[in-house]
Amino acid sequence: MDKAEMLRLYRQMVLIRRLEEAAASLYQEGKIGGFLHLYIGQEAVGSGVVSARRPEDRVITAYRDHGIALAAGMPAKTVLAELLGKAAGCSRGRGGSMHLADVTLNFWGGHAIVGAHLPLAAGMALADQYRGSDAATICLFGDGATNIGYFHEALNLSVVWKLPVLWVCENNQYGMGTAVDRASAVGEMAQKAEGYGMPSARVDGMDVLKVRQASEEALTRVRQGGPFFLEAITYRFRGHSMGDPERYRGSEEVKKWQEDDPIGVLRKQLLAAKAAKEPDLATLEAEVDEEIREAVRFAEESPEPGPEELFAHVYADEGGDSWQ
Amino acid sequence: MAVITMREAISQALWEEMERDERVFIMGEEVGVWGGSYAVTKGFYDHFGPKRVRDTPIAEGVIVGAANGAAMAGLRPVAELMTVNFAFLAMDQIVNHSAKLHSMFGGQFALPLVIRTVGGAGRQLGATHSQTPDVVFAHFPGLKVVAPGTPADAKGLLKSAIRSDDPVMFIEHATLYQLRGEVPEGQILEPIGVSKIQRQGEDITIITYSKMLQTSLLAADQLAKEGIEAEVVDLRTLRPLDLKPVLESFKRTNRAVIVEEGWQSYGLGAEVAARLYEQAFDYADAPIRRVAQKEVPLPYNRTLEQLALPQVEDVVRAVRGVL
Amino acid sequence: MAEVVSMPKLGFDMAEGRLVRWVKSEGETVRKGEVLVEIETDKATVEVEAAVSGTVRKHLVNEGTSVPVGTPIAVLGDPEESLDLESLGAAPRASSPETAVAPSRPGAAAEPSQPALILPSPEPAAGQVKASPLARRLAAERGLDLAAIAGSGPGGRVVKRDIQAALQDTPPGSGPVGETERIPVSKLRGLIGRRMTQAKQQVPHFYLTAEIDAGRLMALRQEWNALQPEGHKASVNDFVVKAAALALRQFPNLNASLEGQEIVRHGQVNVGVAVALEEGLLTVVCRDADRKSIRLISDEVREMIARARQGKVRPDDIQGSTFSVSNLGMFDIDHFIAIVNPPEAAILAIGSVRLEPVVEEGQVVIGQRMKVTLSADHRVTDGAEGARWLQVLRGCLENPLQLIL
Repeated sequence: MDKAEMLRLYRQMVLIRRLEEAAASLYQEGKIGGFLHLYIGQEAVGSGVVSARRPEDRVITAYRDHGIALAAGMPAKTVLAELLGKAAGCSRGRGGSMHLADVTLNFWGGHAIVGAHLPLAAGMALADQYRGSDAATICLFGDGATNIGYFHEALNLSVVWKLPVLWVCENNQYGMGTAVDRASAVGEMAQKAEGYGMPSARVDGMDVLKVRQASEEALTRVRQGGPFFLEAITYRFRGHSMGDPERYRGSEEVKKWQEDDPIGVLRKQLLAAKAAKEPDLATLEAEVDEEIREAVRFAEESPEPGPEELFAHVYADEGGDSWQ
Repeated sequence: MAVITMREAISQALWEEMERDERVFIMGEEVGVWGGSYAVTKGFYDHFGPKRVRDTPIAEGVIVGAANGAAMAGLRPVAELMTVNFAFLAMDQIVNHSAKLHSMFGGQFALPLVIRTVGGAGRQLGATHSQTPDVVFAHFPGLKVVAPGTPADAKGLLKSAIRSDDPVMFIEHATLYQLRGEVPEGQILEPIGVSKIQRQGEDITIITYSKMLQTSLLAADQLAKEGIEAEVVDLRTLRPLDLKPVLESFKRTNRAVIVEEGWQSYGLGAEVAARLYEQAFDYADAPIRRVAQKEVPLPYNRTLEQLALPQVEDVVRAVRGVL
Repeated sequence: MAEVVSMPKLGFDMAEGRLVRWVKSEGETVRKGEVLVEIETDKATVEVEAAVSGTVRKHLVNEGTSVPVGTPIAVLGDPEESLDLESLGAAPRASSPETAVAPSRPGAAAEPSQPALILPSPEPAAGQVKASPLARRLAAERGLDLAAIAGSGPGGRVVKRDIQAALQDTPPGSGPVGETERIPVSKLRGLIGRRMTQAKQQVPHFYLTAEIDAGRLMALRQEWNALQPEGHKASVNDFVVKAAALALRQFPNLNASLEGQEIVRHGQVNVGVAVALEEGLLTVVCRDADRKSIRLISDEVREMIARARQGKVRPDDIQGSTFSVSNLGMFDIDHFIAIVNPPEAAILAIGSVRLEPVVEEGQVVIGQRMKVTLSADHRVTDGAEGARWLQVLRGCLENPLQLIL
């Protein structure tokens, strides 16, 4: 891979990591309400997969979406503004952590109901096919979502109608607090694709270069006509969401996975490939720190949406809901 | 003016809108090759082809979900749910997604989706195939719910629904497809969110919609023979609810009966009566009455089924009860 | 650099946490990411990591204590630096620390606009007549007593047709019936009605009557008018207006208004004169009546009355009075009691001048007497003050040269 691209991916993952840490702090200070699902540990999947797309390819994911949003090109300050519910947030403060989106970046959210965005992905792919475009829709979801009805309906339809969807399962070993082997009939999510006659592959989700490569190959297959299932084996270093007491796993397991911290993995690869030197990386990391600090400041100083916005955006046709 | 059936009116609306806008397409169970389980899309598959008339698997979740996704991406899908009873299988997509995607993302995209479905009872189809849960969908802000009672309204409202940039649930009635009525020629649109007085009268206001409109009109004819002139207001749209003609009528007649095919508890009557009491309390000369389905899962047996459903006599009796 | 560690928010609905165990004691060092303390929430006991590296300088909260989210619980820093706990916001006082809440939403106080809900009128109290809301309203509008109307609605409820019937009923024993007319209340009458109702309900009136010897007044008036051209003759009232105005200068409480807990003594003496019109009563205002000559008062009042009778009254004609005078003497009313004109404090009712037998120097002679009655607001003045005012008034009227000079 091009060295500049490797460095770009490194910066991206560090940015995601730092933003998630900042978000966790803000949450503990009580400034972020609701649920907060951190992407720490999974940065290589989001960065690798999204970096493989062309601009016309759509990206849609579930509620662990901050990393995907950044990978899709959303500025950190816009993500943080949305987390703080401000008007400058990408969803004008109406969506929050689980509903980030920017359709101008072809990033379609951010969805809270487990599995519900899989049919949406099928529909968006349908629209591209309908129009004769060869754009692909990249749909990311967790291992937990493979057990819900939507998974079956959407994957099945994508095969029957040959929809251009890249189904990416981020298998982080747990659906909320339930380990894969307690929730899923089969241990490898890619096996489920076989049930639909769908081609599939598995990749080490802690290595961004491998993820990138696998995604490029997968997208090529998708463009040839029909869905593809890519399972990325990964791990989240923090709980399911803030406040998760993590009774379902031991700290040794977490530590083991942290030895393969995706940022650390790429770091080694960068240095080995002489794509960068230690001081370069330190400078880069310091820049990212500053970027996040600025983004936090922007978000905190940003104004709230006014009360007049309450009834806005309920309908597209009228200015707001008309309660009569 | 042509006199056509409700089925023909709906079919015409769909055909005209598909001819008019390339982005409009149909998806649902048996809509293509079969021609539609109620024959509404008969002939469409041969004319428009499989790209625009799509037979889906029996999978309501992805029928509505993919329609949502296609609408997000700028097409104008008309998704069909074979009956409204099956809408519950797509409930999450309808109420959590169709109703909310526009709002949750701060208005970044519109959702120009129509969910066509069929409700109502009367053919001994049993409890799970005979419901009128329209108000359940009307409960959710962000969704629009339309239920026409005449062929002209069906055609005009469906055209408006397809052209609207908002998600519209268009609920037809299983026993109204044969109903004949005058339908004007041409691209006539009926506005969503506007109630209509279908019969004028000075003695009492009957508020209703869909199949119960026909029931109420028959009741009004019967009452007229006793010298009671009922004004029948057809809501046509449940959300957004247009109360203006209802209020105006109620202020004149001072009496109201609300007729719905769904169950009484938490239903249309509860909502309209509450609004009338809130906004026109000093005009009420009698309590407002509701006519609705008896509170049981609908039985298969023909007699019991008819006993449970609101009949013309129930409306007549209710009107007499408030005079 | 000292860092304050606060009770963290560990779940979306967490409001407070219990500090179970200090994993790192005071004086121990901790690295960023190491466990610092165990916190118990509703759901579980959580190991909380330090966000920064440093030495634990102070535990602010003891083990086993529950505190709200956001409360400072420890201070981390360099081992040697001096700590000013107060300025760090970590002074371990009992007074409630800030509860961490979502950032205040300045817009939250303002309600987003929504079409107004008109709430239903309150339930009729027990013992009230059972009637439909419509019938109730119609009865109220027509001034009918619901209790006197038979109800034909369900449960004996009075309904619209009962009201309609009642309106058509003739009252018993009325004999040959004349035409009943319905006249809508004019704006003016409605306004007067509302203001007088308000005055009667809210102003604690008291009344003082005095009898004036009008002899000298009438004589002076006669002489004066003999010198005036037609159409410019002074009336008794003009003299009374001036006399009242002069008296008010000496008793400012009677030329005042009550505003909340303050008595506003007006700077000007503007005397209002009641004028009877076909549609009702109007008060035209003679400003600074204490400074004007009788002639000026007379001319002004006459012109204003003319304008009022022609329906061409100007705003200045009828605004700003601080005291009113009402005269029914021309109708031969010898004595009457007026209602205070809010927001004024008092009003003077003037009766006719009558020839009466009176006693002077032990003899019965013919005298001219005029009764005046002061109605006043007891919140602003009292009987003694009113009486003294009347004394001054009488003094002026009985020695009327004072009014001219």
